[in-house]
Amino acid sequence: MISLIRQLMTGRFWLIAAPYTWLLLFFALPFAIVLMISVSTAAFSVPPYEAVFSYADQQLKILLNLGNYSFLLDDPLYYLAYWGSIKMAFFATILTLLLGYPMAYAIAQAPQKNQTVLLLLVMLPSWTSFLIRIYAWMGILSNEGVINGLLQAMGLIDEPIQMLNTNFAVYVGIVYAYLPFMILPLYANLVKLDSTLLEAASDLGARRFTAFWRVTLPLSKNGIIAGSMLVFIPVVGEFVIPELLGGPDTLMIGTVLWAEFFGNRDWPVASALAIIMLVILLIPIMLFHRYQSKSLEASS
Amino acid sequence: MTQPAENKTWRKGGFANTVLWGGLVFLYAPMVILMLYSFNASKLVTVWGGFSFKWYGELLHNDSLLDAIWTSLQIAFFTASAAVLLGTMAALIMTRFGGFKGRTLFTGMITAPLVMPDVIIGLSLLLLFVQMASSFGWPADRGMVTIWIAHTTFCSAYVTVVVASRLRELDQSIEEAALDLGATPLRAFFLITVPIILPALASAWLLAFTLSLDDLVIASFVTGPNATTLPMKVFSSARLGVSPDVNALATVIILTVSLVVLLAWYISRRAERKRLRVDI
Repeated sequence: MISLIRQLMTGRFWLIAAPYTWLLLFFALPFAIVLMISVSTAAFSVPPYEAVFSYADQQLKILLNLGNYSFLLDDPLYYLAYWGSIKMAFFATILTLLLGYPMAYAIAQAPQKNQTVLLLLVMLPSWTSFLIRIYAWMGILSNEGVINGLLQAMGLIDEPIQMLNTNFAVYVGIVYAYLPFMILPLYANLVKLDSTLLEAASDLGARRFTAFWRVTLPLSKNGIIAGSMLVFIPVVGEFVIPELLGGPDTLMIGTVLWAEFFGNRDWPVASALAIIMLVILLIPIMLFHRYQSKSLEASS
Repeated sequence: MTQPAENKTWRKGGFANTVLWGGLVFLYAPMVILMLYSFNASKLVTVWGGFSFKWYGELLHNDSLLDAIWTSLQIAFFTASAAVLLGTMAALIMTRFGGFKGRTLFTGMITAPLVMPDVIIGLSLLLLFVQMASSFGWPADRGMVTIWIAHTTFCSAYVTVVVASRLRELDQSIEEAALDLGATPLRAFFLITVPIILPALASAWLLAFTLSLDDLVIASFVTGPNATTLPMKVFSSARLGVSPDVNALATVIILTVSLVVLLAWYISRRAERKRLRVDI
């Protein structure tokens, strides 16, 4: 008890308590509420669901409606949307990694004085608007857009190629928008790489590609994991890119959740969708967290 | 590493360098094309009808758009300020406090918003606000305040990462010297630590500001009928297709943000160089 009072007196306690309380209230508690709403019943009221807990005549009633979840299992739309999101995020992450790794590698190998400028060039687009950069692709990929116009002017095609509102456009948009987030952790990892290891490998007769494959790549594993998770996790729930660039074939869970919430006003089903998405993302988030907390805590 | 060896590896990475320059073209070309078309006089987006500023002129007469810009700027300003406060506290806790009860949960809550899909953050915060309103009557109306709370929550995570990485590389012996000489921890922090990490605090503030300015999904969930932000405006017209006035608006946004970021980068680089010179 005395130690508790002493703790309350110190600044240390309050310094921890302030951000802790904020995060508990506005980040952790909301998830509990989503879980609760996901087992409530939709209703024509404000808010559009019935209370899970009710208290009357000294009776506490808890009404758990698992119907939202069984509804999601019955309709193949939802199952396909989850699968579509995971597939899209998986392949887009690999594409981003294939493009981002050589870029991060080249920056890390560049002369010291060029590195900050190159890094700024890579990061600058991600500071400007995400929404606008996706919108820019609409004008490029559409049937009357820049690419089709160019190809037609050169006489290579007669009819425009349908690119906007296809999965192809969604892939382009994801790689484009998330590329900087892949490059940054990869660069941070590759730049710390001890160059004497590569010299040792080449002294021992390894060729450049062998040295890269057996020394550089395994040592940059943490950067690869961090970059890939920074792309994969948000892309699974992505809304803006499939909405603006995707078409009838594009089925992703972020747009389905949005439609359930804003279109159908079915908050319980939207909540159940969010809970299942969280469960799917739990392992990737933990992977990311392990890397991130290591890099946050590792002091010199 | 000696200078010649460095140059050799730079030349040797031929493939990686080609990809790097190709990647940079890929990153910038769409924005350049967008900007070029914003000066197109023709209403048809893809037909070049001559050079014109008319779409820019029309932006200035669009009152609801100007309202949305003002709303977004206010939210971004208060978000950035609150997020720097909370995020710096969190960064101090992460880098200087060692273990305490509940540290694992704390790290989890600070890193998760970096990757959590926007639709989940938006939905969960909206449900929280609705539940709070029905439990104790606040917030009665959703709008700028609820967007501010939501933005502050996810922006703090980014601020924490930026500030923590600066705090980690900081020479702690200076802080310890101040403490040894009898300064209270609070005094040592404000007189020693803050001046040194000021460039990091400024860039974290700017990052939070641009993140808040750019957010569409979270704000759409937690807003009410009275607050429309700039991204909501852009999104609702982008949904209908490409239009020249959105191109003009997009150009203004891209150029303004780029200019501010470049300026901030230049200033912080100069400050950094000065610091290094003083250190020597």
